[in-house]
Amino acid sequence: MDRNRENKSHIKEKRIHTMGKPVKITINDREVSCEKGNTVLEVCRKKGIYIPTLCYDERLESYGGCRLCLVEIKGMAKPLSSCTTPVEDGMEITTESEKLTGLRRTMLSLILSNHPDDCMCCEKAGDCDLQEMAYRYNVKPGEFTGEKWDLPVREDNPFITYEPNKCILCSRCTRICNEVVMAGTIDLTGRGFHTMPDTAYGAPRSLKNCEFCGQCVSTCPTGALTDRKSRGKGRSFGMKKVKTTCSYCGTGCNFYLNVKDNEVVKVTSDYDAPVNKGNLCIKGRYGYDFIHSPERIRTPLIKKDGVFHEATWDEALEFTAKKFKELIEEHGPEKVGGFSSSRCTNEENYLLSKWVRCAIGSNNVDNCARV
Amino acid sequence: MASLAAIFGSGAMTNSIREIEGMEVIFIIGSNTKETHPVIANRMIKAYRKGAKIIVADPRRVPMVRFADVFMSLKPGTDIALLNGIAHVILKEGLHNEEFIGEKTEGFEEWKKSVEEYTPEKVERITGVAKKDIVKAARLYGGSRKAGIFYTMGITQHTCGSDNVRAIANLATLTGNIGRESTGVNPLRGQNNVQGASDAGCMPNVYPGYQLVENPEVQAKFEGAWGVPLSPKAGLKATEMIPAAHEGTLKALYIMGENPVITDPNTHHTVEALKKLDFLVVQDIFLTETAALADVVLPSTCFAEKDGTFANTERKVQRVRKAVEPPGEARSDLSIILEVAQRLGYPMKYTSPEEVLLEFGQVWQNLAGITYQRIEKEGIQWPCTDREHPGTQYLFKGGFPKGKVPFSPVSYTPPAEVVSDEYPFILTTGRNLYQYHSGSMTRRVDAIESHAGEPYVELNPSDGERLGIGDGEEIRVASRRGDIKIKARITQRVSSGTVFIPMHYREAAANVITNDALDKKVKIPEYKVCAVQVSK
Repeated sequence: MDRNRENKSHIKEKRIHTMGKPVKITINDREVSCEKGNTVLEVCRKKGIYIPTLCYDERLESYGGCRLCLVEIKGMAKPLSSCTTPVEDGMEITTESEKLTGLRRTMLSLILSNHPDDCMCCEKAGDCDLQEMAYRYNVKPGEFTGEKWDLPVREDNPFITYEPNKCILCSRCTRICNEVVMAGTIDLTGRGFHTMPDTAYGAPRSLKNCEFCGQCVSTCPTGALTDRKSRGKGRSFGMKKVKTTCSYCGTGCNFYLNVKDNEVVKVTSDYDAPVNKGNLCIKGRYGYDFIHSPERIRTPLIKKDGVFHEATWDEALEFTAKKFKELIEEHGPEKVGGFSSSRCTNEENYLLSKWVRCAIGSNNVDNCARV
Repeated sequence: MASLAAIFGSGAMTNSIREIEGMEVIFIIGSNTKETHPVIANRMIKAYRKGAKIIVADPRRVPMVRFADVFMSLKPGTDIALLNGIAHVILKEGLHNEEFIGEKTEGFEEWKKSVEEYTPEKVERITGVAKKDIVKAARLYGGSRKAGIFYTMGITQHTCGSDNVRAIANLATLTGNIGRESTGVNPLRGQNNVQGASDAGCMPNVYPGYQLVENPEVQAKFEGAWGVPLSPKAGLKATEMIPAAHEGTLKALYIMGENPVITDPNTHHTVEALKKLDFLVVQDIFLTETAALADVVLPSTCFAEKDGTFANTERKVQRVRKAVEPPGEARSDLSIILEVAQRLGYPMKYTSPEEVLLEFGQVWQNLAGITYQRIEKEGIQWPCTDREHPGTQYLFKGGFPKGKVPFSPVSYTPPAEVVSDEYPFILTTGRNLYQYHSGSMTRRVDAIESHAGEPYVELNPSDGERLGIGDGEEIRVASRRGDIKIKARITQRVSSGTVFIPMHYREAAANVITNDALDKKVKIPEYKVCAVQVSK
């Protein structure tokens, strides 16, 4: 592992020397200024120029595997993959041409030749990169025929469902597992036609071999890896997506709560989030069930003779205020206090702090920072 | 945080999370980053892949050790000796930053004398860390001018917690590894908005924005802003209120979203204390162990049911947005507090959560520039002093608020409770990757429960063999305060003589046995060290 690291840093070092130097390039006859150290794909994405990709994820090192991001560069004999080609001053780039479309169609046809034609009931339909690209380039299944994978769906754990037949071998899942999380749960196994991402010896995923961060699900461009808990609960386009901040540790990851019929059914990555760039952990991605737990308290409760009784808000609030008033009058405000919570917002904490100091009249207020 | 504030003038993570990628050396002490802050660990891994060197100091073989160039497995509670030992080697080998020390610090000569006695040989005896590892760590950290230190409760949850933080600050000051991009001291906050709760003045000695209660000018300022006379006396800390309740000197308590029965040390004592209160109100989303003891329970909303902001560990104020309606008649904490205040004769009028944040910005300059519109897309890191201010990526760029940074001599003191013949093991507690804190949220996630739903105690194989305890066997762990029955997990993660229990499980709550001894200055309980016996 160490040797690998030094090799990598050596390459990076070379790139860093000229990194950031401004250069001018031409994309589709349009002059564009950008910085050295970026790839052609990165520059195009920044400028809003579409290039199809299947194996690219901003969080990963460039791979150049899917060959869809091929572009033509003046002076080069053959098209080059834009995700692995750094920009050079004066480069003239074409991102769409008859030749490129032909190449991309062939690539997609080859992928579809070993892919189930079940978009109509696929969990990922409507949010699938492969489906989107086949549509865009008008590629239908069946152009190439041959043997197809016929492997069972794997539901060996409660978090991640794996449908190997839908895998297109972009290796994004294995790379995110080994580059970003370094959990080493999955890798490409087998050779030739039998190559597929899997755990060591095809063992079921468990806490022994997996962190269940769901990073592999977040990067999968097809329906091969999906969140098991939300399967069958709605298509991506039928969900209201609400961007928010995680309520577990202090990292402050952003993500989208996917809501259908007033129920949070899934958490999806916010790839632009400044803190986490779409990365999440088991708690952030899968720890949302408590929101709709049947054990949530639904009405105010007042205890009489050691037993809780449901009460109206008016009764509960009136009783609370009355008792506080009495105790403050009898013992003084120094004998009354409040705890706030880090689960609560800044606004709620500010108000609790203000409330204890102003309405009760003591400074007995604290939070859980020490535990 | 308080000690960090006393030294540098501000108590928060000095760098941004994204700056981790640019660090040359990452020194992690008392933080199980890969499990408690997995996404921050991802950034560290990215730095590692770029060639950064990682130093880990922890009593347990935590997962980040896999990436470490040096792993120092110290005995729990010996952090000061280790940190002073590293400082000793840095000085001896001339790796300290003379320019920084001369220009920006004070008290160097006196402090220098205080670490003279911490020779690697002596430190090896106290901490159990091999001499060569101490020297290697010192050369790595001292040899870099772009190094970051990361710590969490492994440093602070000790009776000497605030001194531990001082010892860390001394190292950063000695090498000048502070106040620059990708260079600094970074306490990682364990809870989503603990930074915000502290910022908002939910602490007994300060008003919102860390402004001292006992300063008459500050008091006058807040009396002006809030329109009522305020108490000039600092209040009680949470860890003091519970004993006060036990003694009968605290009569009523209002708890918003907390579960001290599980999270506070010495559970039996906490339960007794809460039972002695004349009146207890708990505002929560579940009938927690604490809510069960209340006289009134008020149903509130969780993060998915309300609008507002959280401040993360790097001081970034980010939006929380309402996605679903609350269950039944549950109401937002904000509206509940307003109602209670109204009925207590202190009406507060706000039409939206944003209005509250704007008022917060009026009483604390560091938030003055933040509006919901400005943080719609991306949060802003305080200090953000006006509407044009872009926020602050890392602290102390333009120098330290108090002028010079003081070196503060700290010496090693053994934990409040040391091992004896009767209680020969050291128990340390913490979290695991899958569950969170008191478990009232994660333990209601079936998928997580099915995989990590059972409490366990980690025990070194050699200790297991000696006591005849096998993996999965139910054993008894007892301290002077209580005992629990729990399954043994035989693992190399803990060294011989140390056991670890995750804190999440109410059926074998670690805090039944932990020690409620507190740090003298900041009143943090010593969760990380207590003496226990282990038997079949």
